Amino acid sequence: MARMTTTAGTLLALGEDSRYDRSVELARRIFMSCFPILLILILWDQVTCVRGSVCVGHPMTTPFLLPNPVIVAERIWSDTTSGDLVLNIGLTLYRAFLGFAVAAVAGVALGILIARNNWVHWFFDPIISVGFPMPKVAFLPIFMLWFGLYDTSKIALVIFDAMFPVVTATIAAVQGVDRYTLWSARMLGATDRRILWEILVPAAFPTIMTGMQIALPISLIVTIVCEMIMGGPGLGGSMIAASRFADSPGVFAGILEIAIAGFCVVKGMAMVRKRILIWHQEAEEPTTV
Amino acid sequence: MTAQAELESGLEPIAERGALARGFVRYLPLLILAATWEFAARTGIVSQLALPTLSSVIEAWFELLVPSNPSPGLTMSAGGAIAWVGWLLSGDLVTNGLDSLWRLSLGLGMAIVVGTVIGVLMAWYRPLDALLNPIVQVFYPMPKSALIPVTVLWLGFGHWSKIVLIFIGCMLPVTLSAYNGARGTEQFLVWSARSMGASRRSTLFEVVLPSALPDLLNGIRTALALSFILMVSSELIVARSGLGYMIGWLGDGGVYDAMFAVTLSVAALGFAADRGYLMFVKRVLSWRE
Repeated sequence: MARMTTTAGTLLALGEDSRYDRSVELARRIFMSCFPILLILILWDQVTCVRGSVCVGHPMTTPFLLPNPVIVAERIWSDTTSGDLVLNIGLTLYRAFLGFAVAAVAGVALGILIARNNWVHWFFDPIISVGFPMPKVAFLPIFMLWFGLYDTSKIALVIFDAMFPVVTATIAAVQGVDRYTLWSARMLGATDRRILWEILVPAAFPTIMTGMQIALPISLIVTIVCEMIMGGPGLGGSMIAASRFADSPGVFAGILEIAIAGFCVVKGMAMVRKRILIWHQEAEEPTTV
Repeated sequence: MTAQAELESGLEPIAERGALARGFVRYLPLLILAATWEFAARTGIVSQLALPTLSSVIEAWFELLVPSNPSPGLTMSAGGAIAWVGWLLSGDLVTNGLDSLWRLSLGLGMAIVVGTVIGVLMAWYRPLDALLNPIVQVFYPMPKSALIPVTVLWLGFGHWSKIVLIFIGCMLPVTLSAYNGARGTEQFLVWSARSMGASRRSTLFEVVLPSALPDLLNGIRTALALSFILMVSSELIVARSGLGYMIGWLGDGGVYDAMFAVTLSVAALGFAADRGYLMFVKRVLSWRE
């Protein structure tokens, strides 16, 4: 590692062949960010070593409490080849994304209405301020009672839960739009509709996007909790089934699958934000749940 | 009065009246919602199987609050008072609620302490940053509810699986906010402190920590909301006591008015915790204004 940095340093000093220089720098950064993860994997392997693998010491846990990473990887591989993984991930993402999409569209519309209309503001303001900090997962049994055990209840709870961050972000965003811009547009004779589409929505979009970036992980969490409680196919359901059968490789495979899915979804959203908001300087990621 | 303030006061004509009337008008929509609920359920527009009347929910709440065993008689002695307190604490709602709150506060407390220490140390020592930052970045977007089956495998159905779940789940938001807050410390403040002869240690405690505090307190608010979600969902999935467990078994048993009562209690607890925390933050950060 030390040698790599010095190479990069000399190249920088030489100032030659900047493309090569950049690729070395990139390789160094990738190595630096993968190294701790590799370290964890090696530690995990060594702590749980199985017969036949290379290990230094004695296994410190039982395979039940912490199965070896190789066994978990084999499990993920067999899930992939049997098609279970694709089905489970597909179902989970379908529920999460559908709920999220409805929550995003409805949340932005409601937020704009609340910010622009006094009566709507009066009616929804206390509901939002009371509802926002509530743990909405507690309403799951009520949703099961109303919408049954299948997709509808899960998606409905995702919508209910993911809508609050979008609505609050939209209200803050629309109220934060520069008033002089609005006044100028109105003075120049813009109609309400044009003000909405050409000023309010673009100007409020970065903050709305932040709200959506908070709502997306929430919709994943809620989907997985719903699946765990109701069972059936889906990442959460298959994990809780594995847990009930004391099948710990299945549980740990589930954790890894969910972690990877969550990571990809969140990073994907951040990339979308960067692309859409390329004109906007603020690219900071919001803190999410 | 600036133009903007004038406009805002014009938008809220309600703000001119007395505080009590203002509060009433502000929270009137909640009363309207409650009245609509009672009306819809009582007239049978919505089946009472799906939506028990609000009055029966309130009645069920009191039934859960009051213990089923007979109360100790009226005696005017210290022993009598203790017996009364013990009796009042033996109701279903109170015992399960205390179980839940105990798990939540222990898990969240540990998460705040450990998370803050790790976050500030990460910002303070570069090697630790290089080691831990990739790990935090990878695990941060993971839906924390995925850990529920693992904590159950490790620690069983009792208190500790929930406490550890809340601890692990809430630690990362606290760590990340402490890290961001500490890194956001203005470099000039650190340099000034150092140039005036402050030791590294006192710079850490008297410059970096206070300036990290606003970010940190924000992260703790996220963690507080998350801890309620994790508490309820883990208790709904596998538990032997707790508010989430109560919601689950009341729903399974078809006692819907009691289930609504417990759900609303959880929601109210989450709301009260958030509001109380905001008041605390306002007090702690009063030096900022």
